[in-house]
Amino acid sequence: MSEKLFVKGNEAVAMAAIEAGCRYYFGYPITPQSDIPEYLSRGLPGLGGEFIQAESEIAAINMLLGASATGVRCMTSSSGPGISLKQEGISYMAGSELPGVIVDIMRAGPGLGGIDASQADYFQATRGGGHGGYRIIVLAPASVQEMYDLTMLAFDLSDIYRMPAMVLADSVIGQMKESVTANPRPATALPDKDWVVRGRGEGQPQRVVKSLYLGDGEMEAFHWKMHARYQELADRECRWEDLETGDADLIVTAFGSTARIARTAVAMAREAGMKVGLMRPITLFPFPKQAYAEFSRRCKRFLVIELSTGQMVDDVRLSVARDAEVDFYGRPPGAGSLPTPEELFGQIRKVYP
Amino acid sequence: MRQVFARPESLKDVQTHFCPGCNHGSIHRLVAEAMDEFGIRGETIGVASVGCSVFLYNYFDVDVIEAPHGRAPAVATGAKRARPDRIVFTYQGDGDLAAIGTSEIIHAANRGEAITVIFVNNTTYGMTGGQMAPTTMVGQKTSTSPSGRNQAKDGYPIRMAELLAQLEGVGFSARVAVNNPKNVIQAKRMIKTAFRYQVENKGFSFIEALAACPTNWGMNPLAANERVGDEMIPYFPLGVYRNTANL
Repeated sequence: MSEKLFVKGNEAVAMAAIEAGCRYYFGYPITPQSDIPEYLSRGLPGLGGEFIQAESEIAAINMLLGASATGVRCMTSSSGPGISLKQEGISYMAGSELPGVIVDIMRAGPGLGGIDASQADYFQATRGGGHGGYRIIVLAPASVQEMYDLTMLAFDLSDIYRMPAMVLADSVIGQMKESVTANPRPATALPDKDWVVRGRGEGQPQRVVKSLYLGDGEMEAFHWKMHARYQELADRECRWEDLETGDADLIVTAFGSTARIARTAVAMAREAGMKVGLMRPITLFPFPKQAYAEFSRRCKRFLVIELSTGQMVDDVRLSVARDAEVDFYGRPPGAGSLPTPEELFGQIRKVYP
Repeated sequence: MRQVFARPESLKDVQTHFCPGCNHGSIHRLVAEAMDEFGIRGETIGVASVGCSVFLYNYFDVDVIEAPHGRAPAVATGAKRARPDRIVFTYQGDGDLAAIGTSEIIHAANRGEAITVIFVNNTTYGMTGGQMAPTTMVGQKTSTSPSGRNQAKDGYPIRMAELLAQLEGVGFSARVAVNNPKNVIQAKRMIKTAFRYQVENKGFSFIEALAACPTNWGMNPLAANERVGDEMIPYFPLGVYRNTANL
């Protein structure tokens, strides 16, 4: 029987990491995610693992790179300013086809910004974030339960597709407490890590984990190989939750904490007799384009809500049918910018066909 | 007939890309000899850096992780913590270790990570074409210090072996050179001691190897070798700066 617990979102991430078999964590303190390193600094040593508080975010991501190259499950976590610093290492991990989980509890920016909930790092996460042209898996939890479940999924997807995976949450989800069922690690079939450096052993061929490709055509071939892998991800791993979309004349769409507020607003609209549905993408990369395309065959009106001036809205516009109209309502991050359900209901009224 | 000289097993039988007179080849060889003598080739993980030393995996017959510029000590930390039963070494140049990677080397050393760091100081950025490095000598002309390094605005060459020797986490720190047979023999002994630290689990070990870069110094190999003795060693004295286990 799975245990039922009442914990913070950040703690759920740490618990899930341990359950997923992660024994190596490298991080640096930053609000609003410090509960994660604090939890793991207590939890990992007793399990034969290692917790290192690194000297910088850059060092932490590179420790992740080194540990991952030896084949172990490992994780780091941070927030906006720290995630920016990690981009160098994330790019190298992507270039070296290394798995590893990165948790981003988004805070307001740019710069030092603030510690309030934000979704303005959507572009940074879903477009790769660093140099060179790559993508990483991005999962967007909307509850403490999903913080737990998607962290565990991030480890599996990262191992299967040999690329970094990010759990992209915000400070609302990270800091709030909800009840969680601590599900056991699923028995996912994982590929053999036949590429890890291990000290080659006598008679074994040398193994090299690297991202430098200087040979004629090597780099180009690498890009096309990864392109095909991203397509495979899109074909197999898109996840979303949709609610009352079957007869909807307007589909409200949002991810993470914003989707929870939107859900209440959609219920208010239904009560008022309006045919309104909700579409909540769970995987932001791969983005569930196909699902949006399907919805837009019948429903011609979409309302995207984000805690930014509009980022995911671009992906929605690229996904829906040409004759579908996409409206946007955004509250850029900062103190007092979280919208109320009434406010969103007001927006629904405004654009409802 | 007795064989008195052979390629170390830890080195591959390939030509290197290094320029004529470059000391990377000699230093590679000494590191490989140390690995052979401890019989650790099969359990060693090398961490390559960015610069002329990036092709470590083409020359050393060991598993290798390629690190971002300056980050090799952090990458090595992750690898060693995950596989404490393995021998992990980094091989880094002066731009890599003493400029962009200063933070990583200081903190890996200060944590006393059980790794071995081979630091090659040739007073210049070799691969990018001879720009000023943190170890460039005062007055030395480079492609980005055309009038010579000016200490008033560029600061002074950093002495890493002495600097790291101040840290409690460091087991062994020494500076060597390979500009003459006597120094090569001494360098071999020091590099072996550095690996012995790791093999015997005695803590972090650091070797700074002074090296010639004839191409970027605009010198022939002989003149470059002489410069190591005449200019570098007086400023970067050879010797052991820390040896906590007296190995």
